[in-house]
Amino acid sequence: MVQSKLFSLAEAMAQFVPDGSSIAMGTAQETLIPFAAGHEMMRQRKRDLTLIGPISDILFDQMVGAGCVRRIRAAWVGNVITGSGYNFRRAVESGALTMEDHSNLTISLALRAGAMGVPFMPARTALGSDLYRTNGGLRRMRCPFTGETLTAVAAIIPDVTIIHVQRADEYGNAHCWGNLGISREACLAARRVIITAEEIVDTAVITSDPNRIVIPAFKVSAVAHAPWGAHPSPVPGWYNRDHDAFLDYQKASKTPEAFAKWRSRWIDQALSREDYMTLLGEERLAALVIKKHALTEPADYGY
Amino acid sequence: MSANYTPAQLMVTAAAREIANGEVVFVGMRLPLLGFQLAKSTHAPAAVGVFELGIVRETAAPDPILTMGDLPNLFQASWLADTADLMGLLQQGMVDVSFIGGAQVDRFGNLNTSYVGDLGGAFTRLPGSGGACDLACLAKRHIIIMKHEKRRFVPRVDYITSPGYGDGSGWRNRMGLPRGGPTAVITTLGILRFDPAGKEMVLTSLHPGVTVDDVLANTGWPLKIAADLAQTPVPTAQELAFLKQFDPQGFWTGG
Repeated sequence: MVQSKLFSLAEAMAQFVPDGSSIAMGTAQETLIPFAAGHEMMRQRKRDLTLIGPISDILFDQMVGAGCVRRIRAAWVGNVITGSGYNFRRAVESGALTMEDHSNLTISLALRAGAMGVPFMPARTALGSDLYRTNGGLRRMRCPFTGETLTAVAAIIPDVTIIHVQRADEYGNAHCWGNLGISREACLAARRVIITAEEIVDTAVITSDPNRIVIPAFKVSAVAHAPWGAHPSPVPGWYNRDHDAFLDYQKASKTPEAFAKWRSRWIDQALSREDYMTLLGEERLAALVIKKHALTEPADYGY
Repeated sequence: MSANYTPAQLMVTAAAREIANGEVVFVGMRLPLLGFQLAKSTHAPAAVGVFELGIVRETAAPDPILTMGDLPNLFQASWLADTADLMGLLQQGMVDVSFIGGAQVDRFGNLNTSYVGDLGGAFTRLPGSGGACDLACLAKRHIIIMKHEKRRFVPRVDYITSPGYGDGSGWRNRMGLPRGGPTAVITTLGILRFDPAGKEMVLTSLHPGVTVDDVLANTGWPLKIAADLAQTPVPTAQELAFLKQFDPQGFWTGG
């Protein structure tokens, strides 16, 4: 009998993400960002975290503002439609936060090296750039076969990768669709994987379409049901991007005082994801729900 | 200036015209999103769009998008997949042209979106590379889109996030970069290209109503001016109609 891995979001974060963890999140890039998980870590006052990601569309900035983060290893941290992440900027400029600068290719390959179980992956990117000055995981190397100059990208093995998906069963089998970003590499490389899902379904639903499964369930430590768990980022098949939330956040993060207000309203006083959704209001949620559905043709896996 | 278009509409139109029909385009954030859709809808219907999130599209998104992760940009995509694999295609040399924005650029087209100031002392932290470093290193050519201001157009960038031509001719080759380099800088004042011999930026086109002195006053080094300086063609009525359709609220192209 396989054991259930279903936890509440709070339990999953408490049990599997100790202070000091390194965590890959936001790996699909602009979609499927695990905001509910990040907000729960802020509520639990996590400390000394290392965040790993390709780009971060405000979630990293929020966690930096809440004092959870000591180090970031990423290609880009900010607010995609407005630019700068102000908490991030303040923390790096003051020296409170250490940054390892990646490009989207170097972070992909660092995690792919982790996923492959090798110490580095070679690349042709970043040569001549100053990423070398602010990322100790990049070295120039000579190809042993051709003699060409390459960049060696050191492997990254996150303690935890957290992904948000459309649906999962209680054992860690999960379907995820849309653009995947670096989710596959991040899950395969990580010591543990935590999945948050819009919907918990029967195993048969997931195994009916194995190509859509992101990662084998034996790598998954916990599954948490988190409806609207990626808001304000979009979830294909569920809801669209809430642009206003990103625009509002720009203003709400410009000063530490403004951010303290934002945090009090959206994190500290919203004790759960349900409170957060109540705060958003039914009308706003209804406006974001997918209206133009577009179902796939079924695929036959029979024999 | 009583033009019937905004500066951003002119820049997007100029960007779209850099795309040839049938090219594989690595589409960056913001204005390039509109530039790609405009090119697809006008002179380059066979262009293919590659987006770093893991998206390949051969059609313009069917509804307005503010960013490449908006769901209409995933609808009926040609491929939804992994960032690393799209970056692999880029690394192989399969991307013809890419677009990137910047905070600071220098005379050899090196771009900084990471740290302005002294890394060992006082500096301003910007968001970082994203995919820009990869696009600048590995596309066959890349186009830079940015505001033309003296504090942004500096003799030497404080930090090279995305390599241009380094310190001039031969630098990319010495660094081990396999190809590429910037071929145009589209700014709020004009279009600049690169001298084939020395790889230095040259002003080749002025936007309507802009003078050479305006450009010189907003550039931090003695900028070279092309002998056959042109005027940037204004957007046509058809181009403006498409831009209105793609950006109905003027989020990116408003006045």
